[in-house]
Amino acid sequence: MPERELKKKPSPERTDDIVEETATAQAASAAGDKLKAELDDLLDEIDEVLEDNAEEFVRNYVQKGGE
Amino acid sequence: MAIPKVCGIETEYGIHVVGGDPNPIAASSALINAYAHHVARQQIGWDFEDEAPGNDARGFSVEGSMPPLVETHLVNTVLTNGARYYVDHAHPEYSSPECLDALECLRYDRAGEQIVIRSMEAAATVLRDGAELVVYKNNSDGKGNSYGCHENYLMDRATPFARVISGVTPHFVTRQIITGAGKVGSETDFHKRGSVDFQLCQRAEFFEEQVGLETTIKRPIINTRDEPHADPHRYRRLHVIVGDANMAEVATFLKVGTTAVVLAMIEDDAPVGRPLTLADPVRAMHEVACDRSLTRPLLLDDGSTATALAIQWTLFAAARKYSEEHGLACLGTPEVGEMILSRWEKVLEGLENDPMTLARQLDWVAKLQLLEAYRDRHGCSWDDPRLAAVDLQYHDLRPARSLFARLDTERLVTQAEVDAAVDQPPRGTRAWFRGRCLAKWPAAVTSANWDSLVFDLGSDPLRRIPMMDPLKGTADHVDALLEQCATPSELVERLSG
Repeated sequence: MPERELKKKPSPERTDDIVEETATAQAASAAGDKLKAELDDLLDEIDEVLEDNAEEFVRNYVQKGGE
Repeated sequence: MAIPKVCGIETEYGIHVVGGDPNPIAASSALINAYAHHVARQQIGWDFEDEAPGNDARGFSVEGSMPPLVETHLVNTVLTNGARYYVDHAHPEYSSPECLDALECLRYDRAGEQIVIRSMEAAATVLRDGAELVVYKNNSDGKGNSYGCHENYLMDRATPFARVISGVTPHFVTRQIITGAGKVGSETDFHKRGSVDFQLCQRAEFFEEQVGLETTIKRPIINTRDEPHADPHRYRRLHVIVGDANMAEVATFLKVGTTAVVLAMIEDDAPVGRPLTLADPVRAMHEVACDRSLTRPLLLDDGSTATALAIQWTLFAAARKYSEEHGLACLGTPEVGEMILSRWEKVLEGLENDPMTLARQLDWVAKLQLLEAYRDRHGCSWDDPRLAAVDLQYHDLRPARSLFARLDTERLVTQAEVDAAVDQPPRGTRAWFRGRCLAKWPAAVTSANWDSLVFDLGSDPLRRIPMMDPLKGTADHVDALLEQCATPSELVERLSG
């Protein structure tokens, strides 16, 4: 529903909210760091398993149309 | 009342030969024969009696239209899980058995992957000179050649086909924000070379018509092939060709689940809240695929606009209301029906807030995140062949090479359930009768197809057992009978008596 896009969070007025938001932001950033570390490991692995000559590998993959 | 949305997925896989005869028909045959002879250890042929892909659901033939040819000479097998595994044109294809709900359909789609993996392993032991068959679960080669992943849904023949067309088109155009498998670049004339970095959907740019009979050229959003593989007076089989082959389980589940709900709503003529008729569905389909910001307005027939996400929200809200008024019995069990709605809502919320939070659920997001991380590390531009290689290898089904398998995506079915589905048919459709007969009397069943089994009882003539209702021949219907019959002759006599 398009109305959902229009809803805005009210701006924080009380200190509690600010503290809470900071905590949320920290949690989000920690989750982001974890994700980045996982992606880093994955990228190491991809560098190992990715076909040696990417250009040739991609060029040689030719299929006939199907269905 | 909507009828049960019996469903299935047919997947045409990409196949590539490393170090051997590159002929894709020979390679596909070798792959399937390896499975039939070395894994399943039986080969039941396909019965072509029922094939008529040229029939048009609109009730007329379009001059110059080109239905696919029926190729009776290529390798064909029917498996004990009720599926068909065969060579279609130049691809190996697995057509799942008839399933009662989206979760079961997912399980049998995953079983298909498992069967392909076992086929590759078996082929490796028989191919000469270290040649290797590599199979990809994707939909294009990046050079303008596409192959399909089709879905099928049982529908009530009484529902006017025009209502099906108008009702489901908005869903087919916009569901790709959930179901797209993602793709680097573009490969058709719809996009200027080099103008598109990444698309949500592999298939979208191959669609050129709104409605039609073809599947290989001038592909239509609504395919009118009228081949019910069931009693044609009561049933229709909607043959859906717009989908991508999904790796992510949540994407497969929602692809089938949301479509089943929308089709049930069409059968019950449930209101949708606002008109969703797109001014130009084909163009909209191409636009949605290229818009990863999910903000592009699509022009509607009444002059207003809506984003793909807004259209999905409208369909979801209508589906929620429909479920409250009609229940969700036609989607299998109420639990699966509720799971479809709650997952659908959650994914739409994720897409609205930050699509990248759905990297464990949706293929296009998972792939995009991987590509962006790779670009970041290696500083490469979008036309770097290494990105195309990452894209392709995401879909590699070899466990040691698959990039998808390395991602921690969310699972909805267990490996044990997938393994069971490799051999055992679904209990709630006629696939049960087909699969159990094949398992019990492989020597007596000469061939099978979706709506019949042919027995050779040692005396002329061959006996055909029709199965014109997909909802009969279930475990509840036939288990006692199969138990009581010691021989196939006894079974055929009892069924004909």
